[in-house]
Amino acid sequence: MIQINNLSFQYGKKQAVFEQLDMEMKAGYIYGLLGENGVGKTTLLRLLAGLRFPTRGSIRVAGFEPAARKKEFLSQVCYLPDVVHAVPLSLNAYAAQMAPFYPDFDHEQFARYISEFNINPDKKLSQSSHGQQKKAMMCFALACNTKLILLDEPTNGMDIPSKGIFRRLIAQAATDEKCFVISTHQVRDLENLIDPIIILEHNQVLLNNTVEEITGKLWFGRVPEKSDHDLYREECVGGYAIVGYNDKGESSRLDVEMLFNAAIRNKGLFKRMFIDEIQKTHSSFADEIKRKLPDIPEKL
Amino acid sequence: MEFRADKAIYEQIAEYMCEKILKDEWLPETRVPSVRELGVTLTVNPNTVMRAYEHLERNGIIYGKRGIGFLVSGQSKEKASGLMREDFLKTVPAFISRMKLLGLDFKDLERHI
Repeated sequence: MIQINNLSFQYGKKQAVFEQLDMEMKAGYIYGLLGENGVGKTTLLRLLAGLRFPTRGSIRVAGFEPAARKKEFLSQVCYLPDVVHAVPLSLNAYAAQMAPFYPDFDHEQFARYISEFNINPDKKLSQSSHGQQKKAMMCFALACNTKLILLDEPTNGMDIPSKGIFRRLIAQAATDEKCFVISTHQVRDLENLIDPIIILEHNQVLLNNTVEEITGKLWFGRVPEKSDHDLYREECVGGYAIVGYNDKGESSRLDVEMLFNAAIRNKGLFKRMFIDEIQKTHSSFADEIKRKLPDIPEKL
Repeated sequence: MEFRADKAIYEQIAEYMCEKILKDEWLPETRVPSVRELGVTLTVNPNTVMRAYEHLERNGIIYGKRGIGFLVSGQSKEKASGLMREDFLKTVPAFISRMKLLGLDFKDLERHI
């Protein structure tokens, strides 16, 4: 669905946001886009939507170059920013104006989403709260049935019940033909939905892998004693919660927060382990972790 | 659905399905929910649900049938309890070490049965 090759991007003459970035995203998956503030998550979504143009390199989305803004492309992509532009129109009036641009827009689905979120589609969006605007635009975005759905911090501003409804709607909407890319800091909100996980780091990618691939290489869990091999650890009742190297091939439940903390503390190692795909044996990675010891922080 | 932290989600989904089979809520030769249906019910990624189905299929508890989906297999009950027993027994060492830490023996447990 998405092919990014050698992408560089910078705002004006400022420092580059991306430098020679390569990335691939496939249909049938819900990508979780994570990264610290300012690493370019929103910029990447906007580049994919054709709202920003690459400085160098290329982006292909479903065979189109987003920057060309062809109508065949635009009708198959939906981008929902974190702060939605609230128009002085009701949701129904907005949808009546905008839906014709999306050939797969489904009015029945739209009505169902509105009733699930329990929002008033006749109230002006500009007079609704941030959370209500978000939910309203989410109904519209999901009803568009585009092949690519880009959501920037979708749960921001949503109340607790709405987050549950949002998760259910995403699980329903995710089909083999669609690709979701969701950027978020609220990882707990989306923990069981996002897979693969992408971790962006200052102008590069640290990880773009499925949960299965990640838990194949890393182990998440609790241990009574800390070890030199821990990539990240936090103290907990009965010992330590750790991210370690999965040298025994045991299964475990991925903890996105722990993964993120491990990744940003072991950037080089993560990039080599997950992105460069150097064919290394288990033991050589274990050796590398041992050599890395002095850098392992003591977060207690 | 709420998932525990100590086990992969796909394994917990498999466990949830095994429970349904052991409690006779899902009977042999009946259709189990589609991957999509169960994904929505549990609000998890459909690919995670698929992994659970593959896990159960490998263990002979459900089987895929073209054009229908997945069905509960004939010997599902024995196989499901076998799989769950194996998993349950893996938790014993941690349980025993907790008992030791708290100075409890098996007599103390009897009073709570």
